[in-house]
Amino acid sequence: MTMPFYVPPEQLVKDRADFARKGIARGRSIAALEYDTGILLLAENPSGTLHKISEIYDRIAFAGVGKFNEFELLRVAGIRHADVKGYMYSRADVSAKSLVNAFAQTLGNIFTHEVKPFEVELLVAELGVGDEPNRMYRVLYDGTLYDQTGFAAIGGNSDELSERLAAAYRPGLTLTEAVKVAAGAFEGEVEGWESAVLERNGHRRTFRKLTSEEVEAFIAEK
Amino acid sequence: MTQPRALAGGITEPPAGFAEVLLAAGLAPTWDVLLGDASKLSLADATTVLAVRYADGVYMVGDRQATEGYSVAHRRMKKVFPSDDFSAVAISGTAGLAIELVRLFQTELEHYEKLEGTRLSLEGRANFLARLVRQQLPMAFQGLVVVPLFCGFDHTTGTGRLFTFDVVGGRYEEDDFGGTGSGAKEARSYLRSHFDPTMGAEEGLSVAIKSLVAAAEQDVATSGPDVRRGIYPNVIRIDVDGLVELPDDVIAPVAEAALETVR
Repeated sequence: MTMPFYVPPEQLVKDRADFARKGIARGRSIAALEYDTGILLLAENPSGTLHKISEIYDRIAFAGVGKFNEFELLRVAGIRHADVKGYMYSRADVSAKSLVNAFAQTLGNIFTHEVKPFEVELLVAELGVGDEPNRMYRVLYDGTLYDQTGFAAIGGNSDELSERLAAAYRPGLTLTEAVKVAAGAFEGEVEGWESAVLERNGHRRTFRKLTSEEVEAFIAEK
Repeated sequence: MTQPRALAGGITEPPAGFAEVLLAAGLAPTWDVLLGDASKLSLADATTVLAVRYADGVYMVGDRQATEGYSVAHRRMKKVFPSDDFSAVAISGTAGLAIELVRLFQTELEHYEKLEGTRLSLEGRANFLARLVRQQLPMAFQGLVVVPLFCGFDHTTGTGRLFTFDVVGGRYEEDDFGGTGSGAKEARSYLRSHFDPTMGAEEGLSVAIKSLVAAAEQDVATSGPDVRRGIYPNVIRIDVDGLVELPDDVIAPVAEAALETVR
């Protein structure tokens, strides 16, 4: 009979975290920024079909970086969670807070119980109703949850991206200004944009995708 | 959080739709109590709804009355609903079940759109609705009949299209107009002599409302425009730009004119 080696929990958690961080660092980053009438999500994404940004519910958007199949699984689970809750109770009862809690629980469990942790980082943005403030949450690979205001960044270079966003961000930007600020925070040549906004448009559904051309047009605007 | 079935399922089955997610979570309505005769219950019945094609798209109209036997149950009921940005669904029959069916249908379409990043084809939406109706069949044998009507704009053909259904989930595409509910027969007979596939948006609206008024003249369960109370039919128009729920101030003059001309 072979005896299992003893691995101290500190070492186990550190190894898993290193593994997950390495995976995430290979992916490109995503920035989120509040502007005067909504929230902008901007990602560097050369693919026009493999999306990282998605609608979850009327006022909630999702962005994921890292391993595609893993954050896609969480995205689908998130949409189901929101749709079931809205159907069971009322559309107004679906909130980003309960959604990110579910994400955090799931990721936390996978981090400690599965053979390998998920190599993903998530961002969930929610447009406030009426005068209520917008909300943005970052969820890490181990289920750690951060509440962000104004701007947020996830992905391999999220720390640098976040610093550059902090330097350029101010409350009350217009959408054009917000796109310029967010795009300016990405370094080097960008091969293509994926972008979406949650927008106070008076409709039930507030999520709208922006094409790479629309983003370029905003950047070029004087 | 519900775990996606894809984890266990493999690629032979399409990913679970919303209705299946509900079923797996034990939240879907099930009809396993099949006793007695529901005709003893006093339930609201939704009456006449119609869809009429015109040159650029399709109109869907519904009267506002629900009946309970010989009495009026609701005067301001809504029976015509947007199902997404380019399609609409209307209901007739047992109101309580029909409204729930519409809610499930709407959620399923939006769910699919979010998961796949694209809308279901118009045929796909109609087929799915047919399946929902078929699931109600045990209830139909109890006397609780639900029959919807579906229409939308199809970008692949560039036209408005409409589908009628029967209680067993049969799905029939109509190329001119269709209706369901107690007054539908009268409305269709009016439309047979007044429908013109080349009519514009304005004439289409007028013809659609007139056929509803014609139905109300003959069918006691259908209410025409109620000018005294200010209750007008619900109207949805769908064309290449999407779906519009017409406001009362647009419908009112057309409805009042229709009351003058249809006898």
